[in-house]
Amino acid sequence: MNVTEARKLFPILDSKVYGKDLVYFDNAATSQRPASSIERLTRLSLEHNANIHRAVHALASTATDEYESTRDVVKEFLNARSRKEIIFTSGTTNSINLVAYSFAEAFIKEGDEVIVSEAEHHSNIVPWQIVCQRKGASVKVLRIDDNGVLDVESLAGLITDRTRLVACTQISNVLGLVNPIERVVEIAHSKGVPVLVDGAQGVVHQGLDVQKCDCDFYAFSGHKMYAATGTGVIYGKEKWLEQMPPFMGGGEMIETVRFSGTTYAELPEKFEAGTQNFNAIPTFKDAIQVWKELNSKELTDYADSVKEYLYDALSKDDRIRIYGVPCGTVQKIPLFSFTVEGVHHEDLALILDKMGVATRSGQMCAEPLMDRFGVTGMLRASLAPYNTMEEAEYFIKSLNRAISMLK
Amino acid sequence: MEKTLAEIKEEVIDSFSMYDEWLDKYEYLIELGKNLDSYPEEEKTEEKLIKGCQSRVWLDSKVEDGKIYFSADSDAIITKGIISLLISVYSGRTAAEIASDDFKFIENIGLKENLSPTRANGLVSMISTIKRIAQENL
Repeated sequence: MNVTEARKLFPILDSKVYGKDLVYFDNAATSQRPASSIERLTRLSLEHNANIHRAVHALASTATDEYESTRDVVKEFLNARSRKEIIFTSGTTNSINLVAYSFAEAFIKEGDEVIVSEAEHHSNIVPWQIVCQRKGASVKVLRIDDNGVLDVESLAGLITDRTRLVACTQISNVLGLVNPIERVVEIAHSKGVPVLVDGAQGVVHQGLDVQKCDCDFYAFSGHKMYAATGTGVIYGKEKWLEQMPPFMGGGEMIETVRFSGTTYAELPEKFEAGTQNFNAIPTFKDAIQVWKELNSKELTDYADSVKEYLYDALSKDDRIRIYGVPCGTVQKIPLFSFTVEGVHHEDLALILDKMGVATRSGQMCAEPLMDRFGVTGMLRASLAPYNTMEEAEYFIKSLNRAISMLK
Repeated sequence: MEKTLAEIKEEVIDSFSMYDEWLDKYEYLIELGKNLDSYPEEEKTEEKLIKGCQSRVWLDSKVEDGKIYFSADSDAIITKGIISLLISVYSGRTAAEIASDDFKFIENIGLKENLSPTRANGLVSMISTIKRIAQENL
């Protein structure tokens, strides 16, 4: 598959904004959706809309099959051991909150510690702060260096006998650097500490073999990887999920309910309280199919050439400072957060928008990182495999024009 | 003779409508922002900061001969252009004039609709701050 064919899968890419061709460079916030995802969501809503699991009628039966077969597809995608380890959620934030709450209930006590990296999205910081505050525990920080590279070897020194969990992103949504997550797991496990990996960006660009990586939890969203919005997954090793109490009560998660006491359903339903997003979750099937097609050698090579072009163009411009500098064995995905000397990031995003280019400006849900680099915000251009070299060239041209307008 | 508030608003609407493309309108706003009178660093205080804007905007005012004079600054140039536009209309007017104004000319130039939601909220905050200052000086 080449990039022209890839683009045909995504109807929105033909759009125009302000009369100009849309250049969508905000894929780290949400990716665009292929027609197959959109059609499945529509078809399920039009023809098979019924609540899953309980009812015996025909519509419910199809809806349940669609939903449960998705679990098998996700299990295979992640190479999980069992479908019991795949819990559907509304997105990464929901996934991490589920683990933070339930894991803390079972394992975190006063005086304990959780380690998070400095490059985390708020969604992998705040849930830990909330549970640590509730339990009288504390959050410790695994630092990055000035290039944005995780100081992974300092992890061993940070872990104490009170450390209960390490939460670390696979790829930061600001820096775009691929963290050596296997090494994080190796160090943490050598001290008997489990690891949660935030895969919101990582799942899109790399995927993850959870058995090979051996992480304990893996959280990601559907909407950043071509599925419908309001969908997410938390993978958890069965041994942990079995020991953790439910996150929310009600709906699917019960076995028997008596006022004298309630027993809970088996995994995975134990963690799927309430009505699930049963029209949207099955779009993971289309998303994963498209994900595989977009990971062809031809497209990956092409995407790499686009990435190299952008990185060169941005890094050789003296006015621009890029955050997240690849060095040594640390790879960068096509995600570029930067500031332009003397120009406000928001002004740039606004002018680029009028030129048809969608980017993101601001703190990108990572205030500690903004503080780390002493900026109030950044401009971010994040690409997907369907973005072209022509778009990258147009972006650089537009950026230069915007800078000269604003300077 | 001194221009009325209505005349000044007409002028702003006219200069805005000279540009067909929004990119050109933004270029105009950027120019306004660049030409805004300098604002003293020591007046960039927390209480002069307008809440509800994504970029930082400071608005100061003084009353002379019964008229309110505004000065402002922002770290983002387009926001600075927008506040400059508002100041060019409302600075030098009486509190009564400002307080009774409907601020409809903003809609006439289509500015609010063409801002991102966060910027549009910022614009609303700027307008309500100008109104509040006028109310306080009635």
